Amino acid sequence: MKRLVLAFFFTLALAAPLAAVQPDEVLGDAALEARARALSHTIRCMVCQNQSIDDSDAPLARDLRILIRERLMAGDTDTQIRDFLVARYGQFVLLEPEKNAQNALLWLAPLLALLAGALVLLRFFRSRRAPKVKPLSAAEKRRLKELS
Amino acid sequence: MTAELSHAALAIAFALAVAQAFFSLWGAWRGDARVMAVGPAAAFAIFIFVAASFAGLTYLYVTSDFSVANVYANSHSAKPLLYKFTGVWSNHEGSMLFWALVLAIFSALVGLFAGNLPPRLRANVLGIQGLIAAFFLLFILTTSNPFLRLEIAPAQGQGLNPVLQDIGLALHPPLLYLGYVGCSVAFSFAVAALIEGRIDAAWARWVRPWTLVAWLFLTLGIAMGSYWAYYELGWGGYWFWDPVENASLMPWLAATALLHSALVMEKRDALKIWTVLLALLTFSLSLLGTFLVRSGVLTSVHTFASDPARGVFILCILIFFVGGSFALFALRASGLKPGGIFAPVSREGALLLNNLFLSAIVATVFVGTLYPLMLEFVTGEKISVGAPFFNTTVGPLALLLVAVMPAGPLLSWKRGDALAVAQKLAIAALVALVCAIAVFAINGAPLYPMIALAVAMFAIAGAVIEYATRIALFRVSVSESFMRAAGLPRASLGTLFAHAGIGLTLLGVAAEGGWSVEKIAHVRPGEAIRIHDFDVRFRTWTERKGENYRDLAAAFDIRRDGITVAELAPAKRIFVMRGQQTTEAAIKTFGLGQLYLSIGDPSPDQSVALRAYWKPFVLLIWLGGVVMALGAAFSLSDRRLRIGVPKRAANKRLAAVPAE
Repeated sequence: MKRLVLAFFFTLALAAPLAAVQPDEVLGDAALEARARALSHTIRCMVCQNQSIDDSDAPLARDLRILIRERLMAGDTDTQIRDFLVARYGQFVLLEPEKNAQNALLWLAPLLALLAGALVLLRFFRSRRAPKVKPLSAAEKRRLKELS
Repeated sequence: MTAELSHAALAIAFALAVAQAFFSLWGAWRGDARVMAVGPAAAFAIFIFVAASFAGLTYLYVTSDFSVANVYANSHSAKPLLYKFTGVWSNHEGSMLFWALVLAIFSALVGLFAGNLPPRLRANVLGIQGLIAAFFLLFILTTSNPFLRLEIAPAQGQGLNPVLQDIGLALHPPLLYLGYVGCSVAFSFAVAALIEGRIDAAWARWVRPWTLVAWLFLTLGIAMGSYWAYYELGWGGYWFWDPVENASLMPWLAATALLHSALVMEKRDALKIWTVLLALLTFSLSLLGTFLVRSGVLTSVHTFASDPARGVFILCILIFFVGGSFALFALRASGLKPGGIFAPVSREGALLLNNLFLSAIVATVFVGTLYPLMLEFVTGEKISVGAPFFNTTVGPLALLLVAVMPAGPLLSWKRGDALAVAQKLAIAALVALVCAIAVFAINGAPLYPMIALAVAMFAIAGAVIEYATRIALFRVSVSESFMRAAGLPRASLGTLFAHAGIGLTLLGVAAEGGWSVEKIAHVRPGEAIRIHDFDVRFRTWTERKGENYRDLAAAFDIRRDGITVAELAPAKRIFVMRGQQTTEAAIKTFGLGQLYLSIGDPSPDQSVALRAYWKPFVLLIWLGGVVMALGAAFSLSDRRLRIGVPKRAANKRLAAVPAE
């Protein structure tokens, strides 16, 4: 009976999605494998909600992981592989958008926000420093005397 | 009957919300106390009716009434009882009803606890709360009615999405909603202040506890959601920069900024305009989050249903409240008088710097989340903005923020002594440096996590030093230090915990990112792999049966130094009804680190595809959140907030006279 149950699961498993990075994908060359992992963290799984191919269970993600490793083995650079994927799937495949004119506003957003904020702060402090300490008026002096 | 009665209750609640909004605002306009008195009563009544409606839906779920479309689509009679309860808010309609319930709770609480507020301010606040409630109830009634009946009642429901069948669903959405919706109170206070065109330090004192409550729940909700994703999704990630995560992070960041700027306003009567703006912004971001999640404009794991009609409705709500409040702000803000003067190097200055960094982070997350949407709209080009972008942009900003954080509480108000503060923090810097060097010597280290580790240690040590300075530790006798600690306001404990909590979370993030170990391997029964100092031996495949699922589990023996320290059984879980499969990771905690096992599918030769992680100090990521929330709780229990503003005794006496 137990055998039967296991057999049932095994057949089911064949039809079910595969898990993220499988042992049989891992390259023997540790340096290449590290590059493959780093690369696949930045590639979007096209059929998933919002996952990198490194995290995804989808068969397409597995195909891409294997593809990246094949290209690495063939001696491609990271840029070449990325360009290849973009040519095939469009910019959408990159989780880290390219730093080009189209995305300038995106990449500069943190800096612009900081600068704008700093400018506002600067103006704030400038405007506040203007009225230096005013001498006490006669009425205030009188009140001070009353208090002390 | 239950469904129809619950639906009716919701409709009555809507009518009451309209009444609450109209009479409160009109009464405040006219200055008529009798008209304004409608507000608190209506708020309480709305709470009763929405609660009744929500209880009705819960009853339908628990009794598995599949004649109701919503129950049919999201429940199953064989589902464990807990998930019949939590299933109520697992879907769009139910979660919107829950949203309305939380709003009703907050409005009722405002009505209850705001007795010492100036009557007009209170009426305006309740009026705005009523307006928000009216819009959302109308939204539910017209586009998202959870009580629709099916013409023919099916015998069985479709079951709940397996990923959601977890205790996490019982905690994460309620906490998050308490946080999101809690922000509405600060918003209503801000709009009320703008309507009156008058705002003072007392206003900040009233707003702060409400914001603290919202912030507390938001912090816990985000931490809880992060931990849930970590153990449920099966690859050990805890933050994905998913649009919906960003949607919850933005209000949290804005609320954090608001808490700090409100502090300046309360203590020094300064930064009024900015504080009001932040209060508007915080809830606007909450609404934006609701829009992003509920409209389905962004693809995300949280988007259950996308219906254009709903999206348009929520967009209208968004435009009305955000646009309306900001227009009011533009009209009235210049009338708010600036307050106390302070030098750039001062507590106020430090809090402004905090606000600068937090705002920059909010802006970055905002642009990053919405940029793909805008770009596609303008040029038709589709791009992705994912985790790598946010890590490179938000990361440095966050590190800067945390690095300057310890200086803030050490500076004095108005004019601070930078040199004295630097001297006090020298020890903290030394602690950070020693820790970083020690870790480097033992483990070697990548640069980025190394910096994060040093900054985290600096923040924790800095927070402790600040508290130690306050109680004059080591400068006076220990017993006197204790006396001083007892004499300090609880808010200073709040600062200690909140700031140390940030440091702890960052420490966890640094450790997870820099020193995690991962092993991926095929393991046959009887074989073992070694990870960190554990031997992970695969014993055998086993089968487990749950109420509505079956697990195919791989049993592992975990040994350290030859001694068995744990048995773990990660599994593939198959949900019988939906035929869906999930990965059930097995986790064992050692100290603050965790051994995390997750399996792929079995191979024909009975071996298992194993992904094993050793994640040192990973628990700190979430414990830090709990510590922060604890800080908020301490602050909330501060005498100043409990007793706070003197009671309006005269008013009370008037109100106590029974109406004839």
